[in-house]
Amino acid sequence: MTVEAQIAQEKPNWRRYFTWNTDHKVIGVQYMVTTFFFFLIGGALAMLIRSELAQPGTDILNGVQYNRFLTNHGSVMIFLWIIPIWAGMGNYFIPLMIGARDMAFPKLNALSFWLIPPAGLIMLASFFVGAAESGWTAYVPLSVAAPFGQTLWAVSVILLGTSSIMGSINFVTTVLTMRAEGMGFWDLPLFVWSMLATALMVLVATPMLTAGLVLIAMDRLVGTLFFNVPAGGDPIFWQNVFWFYSHPAVYIMILPGMGIISEIFPVFSRKPIFGYKAIAFSSLAISILGLTVWAHHMFASGMNPALRVPYMITSMIIAVPTGVKIFSWLGTIWDGKLSFTTPMLFALGFISMFLIGGITGIFLASIPVDLHVHDSYFVVAHLHFVLFGGAVSAVYAGLYYWYPKVTGRMYNEKLGKTHFWLNFLGTNLTYLPMFVAGLLGMPRRVVDYAPEFASYNMLATIGAFLLGISTLPFLYNAIVSWVRGPKAGSNPWRALTLEWQTSSPPPEHNFEDTPVMTRWPYDYGESPLAEPGVAPAAGD
Amino acid sequence: MSIEVSMHEDEFKAGRALGLDHRKLGVWLFLSSEIMFFGGLLAAFLHYKINNPSPAEHALLDVTLVGINTFILLVSSFTVVLGLDAIQHGNRRRLVLFLGLTMLLGAGFLAGQGNEFVTLYRHGMTLKSSVYGSSFFTLTGFHGLHVLIGILWAGLTLRKAAIGRYDDGRYTGVELFGLYWHFVDIVWIVLFTLIYLT
Repeated sequence: MTVEAQIAQEKPNWRRYFTWNTDHKVIGVQYMVTTFFFFLIGGALAMLIRSELAQPGTDILNGVQYNRFLTNHGSVMIFLWIIPIWAGMGNYFIPLMIGARDMAFPKLNALSFWLIPPAGLIMLASFFVGAAESGWTAYVPLSVAAPFGQTLWAVSVILLGTSSIMGSINFVTTVLTMRAEGMGFWDLPLFVWSMLATALMVLVATPMLTAGLVLIAMDRLVGTLFFNVPAGGDPIFWQNVFWFYSHPAVYIMILPGMGIISEIFPVFSRKPIFGYKAIAFSSLAISILGLTVWAHHMFASGMNPALRVPYMITSMIIAVPTGVKIFSWLGTIWDGKLSFTTPMLFALGFISMFLIGGITGIFLASIPVDLHVHDSYFVVAHLHFVLFGGAVSAVYAGLYYWYPKVTGRMYNEKLGKTHFWLNFLGTNLTYLPMFVAGLLGMPRRVVDYAPEFASYNMLATIGAFLLGISTLPFLYNAIVSWVRGPKAGSNPWRALTLEWQTSSPPPEHNFEDTPVMTRWPYDYGESPLAEPGVAPAAGD
Repeated sequence: MSIEVSMHEDEFKAGRALGLDHRKLGVWLFLSSEIMFFGGLLAAFLHYKINNPSPAEHALLDVTLVGINTFILLVSSFTVVLGLDAIQHGNRRRLVLFLGLTMLLGAGFLAGQGNEFVTLYRHGMTLKSSVYGSSFFTLTGFHGLHVLIGILWAGLTLRKAAIGRYDDGRYTGVELFGLYWHFVDIVWIVLFTLIYLT
C-alpha cells in the first residue's frame, strides 16, 4: 500500500463503511450496524405478533400470516442479529485485545461480512413469494410442503452459516497465532476465551446444519425423498440434525455475552476477576458439553425412552460450568467499589435475567416436566429470558462499554440508564407472564388462544411495546453522541485490557508501537500502583 | 513508512501456533468443518441404511469400476506428494508436471463417477427412486463437487508454479492445496468403504 493510500484510509471517512474494506475495525462496525438494523426488523415483527396476541381472537393477522411473521421473527433474531453481532464485536475487539494489527485473514473477514446483507435480503424477500412458515426450526414435513419462500429461507441460512464458519476460522487462527509478545493463554482476556470457545463450537456444529438444509433444499427442489415418509424418509432425522446444530447454537449465542460480562465486572468493581481459569475452562466445558445435549429438545418427539435419560443428565450437567461462571461474577463484584454505569447496569441485569432463563432450562431438561410444558409459553418465556434477558442485555452492555473506544466519544449516561430501566422492566413484563400462561397450558405458535389467558397476554404485549420504545433512547444516544458527545480519551474506564492502551478510535493497524504484554489484564486494585493512572471516567 | 509497513508484514506472516503457519491452520480449521458437513450427509446415508440394511439398489453398484476409480484418486494424492517434493528441491518443472498429472487423474475420477451415475440412472436408480438413491447420489455427488473444486484449485496452483511463484523456500501454497486434496481423498476412502464395501 502506498503512503498516500494509507493516509487516505486513516481519514475518518464514513463512506468506507459502505465499501469492501479489510480493516477489522471497519468490518466490526459494519457487522454491528447491519445486525442492529436486522434486530429492529425482528423487533418490529415481534411487535406485530404481540399486537395480534394482545387480545383473544384473530384481529390483525390470519393464521398463515402469523406463522410467517413468527418464523421470520425467530430466524432474523437468531441468524441475522445475535449470532452475527458477536462476530462483529469479536472482529472489532479480538485483534485489539490480543495486541494484533488485524485479523489473520483480512479478505476472508470482509467476505464473511458481505455475505450477511444479501442473505438478509434473501430471507426478507421471501415475503413476496410466500414466506417461510414452519418456524425457525423448519421441522419437516412442514418445511418441505411450505411455499417457495422456504427455499429462499434455506439458502439464506446456508449463506449465514457459511459466513459464521469463515468468521470462526478467522477468530481461532487470529487468537492462536497473532497474540502480542508475552501473552500466553492464561493472559487472554475472558472475552477472547469465550469467542475462542464459541468459534470452535461453530466449526463443529454449523456445517451439520448446512448439511441438513441441503437435504431439505434437495427434497424441495430436486424431489429427493429424505423426509418423504411413505417412501421411507424420516422426519425425526431432521430434528436430530437440526438440534445437533441448534442446541450448541444457544451457547454460540450466549458464551460471547458471558465473556463481555467477565470484562465489565472487574472494571466497574475495581477488583481482579474472581476465578479467571474457572471461567475460561467453563467456557470450553460448555462448548464441549453443549454438543452432547441436543435430544432434550425431542423428548416429546417419540424417541426411545431409554435414550432420554442420558440427554437429561448431560443437559443438567451444563448447569455446573454455568454456575461456576455466575458465582465467579458474584465473587468479582463482592466487596468491590462498584460504579453503576450503563454497561455495569446491563451486566447486572444480565445476571438476574439470565439466571431465570438458566434455571427454567433445568426444569425443561427434566423429562417429566418437559413432557407437560413442551411447546407451551413456558418454553417461549425460558428461551427469551436466555436470549433477550441474557444475550441482548450482554450485547447492550458491550455496546455501551466499548462505545467510547469505537467512536472516540462518550455516550450520554442519563439516556443510557433510561434505556436500561425501560429494557429491564420491558423484558420482565413481557416474559414473566408467559411462564404463568405456559404452566396453565397456553400452547405456543398459535395465532389465537383461550380467553382465560387474556390478562397475561395483555401484560406481555405492553411489555413488548416497552421494549420497542426502549430502543429509541439507545438509537438517539448512539447517533447523537457519535457526533456531539464529549471526547472520551483513550481509556475512560481505566481498564487494563489492551484495547484501552491505544487511542480512541484506534489508528489503522491499532497500535503506534507493537504492544508487549507486561501485566495481567485483571490486576485491579491490588495496590495503589496497580491502578492505571489514566484520565478518570467521564460521566459519573 | 513503507519500510515500516513491510517490516510489519514480515512480522505478521511470522505468526506461528502449534508449529503451524497461520494459513495452514486456517485450512485445517476449514477441513474440520468439512468433516462435519460430510458427517451430516453420511449420517443421512447410514441412518437410512440402518433402517433398511439391504436395499435392492445396492446390488446395482459396480464395485470393480469404483475400485479402479478409488485407485486413480489414491494415485493422484501420490502425485501431489511428488510435486511438493519436487518444489522442495527447487524443481519447478517437475512440480508443474505433477500438478498437471493430478488434474488429469482427478478428471479421470470424475469421468468414472459420471459413467457410474449414468449407468445407475439407466438401471432406474435415481435421486428420486428411493431414499437409498437420494442419499447415495447426494453424498457421492457432493464429494464429486469437492473433487471438481480441487481440480480448479490445482489449476490455480499450477498457474502460480508456472509463473515462478514457488521455489525451494516458498511452497506453502502447494502444501495448502495438498491438504485439501488429501482430505478429499480420505473422505472418498471412508465413503467407498461405507457405501460400496458394506
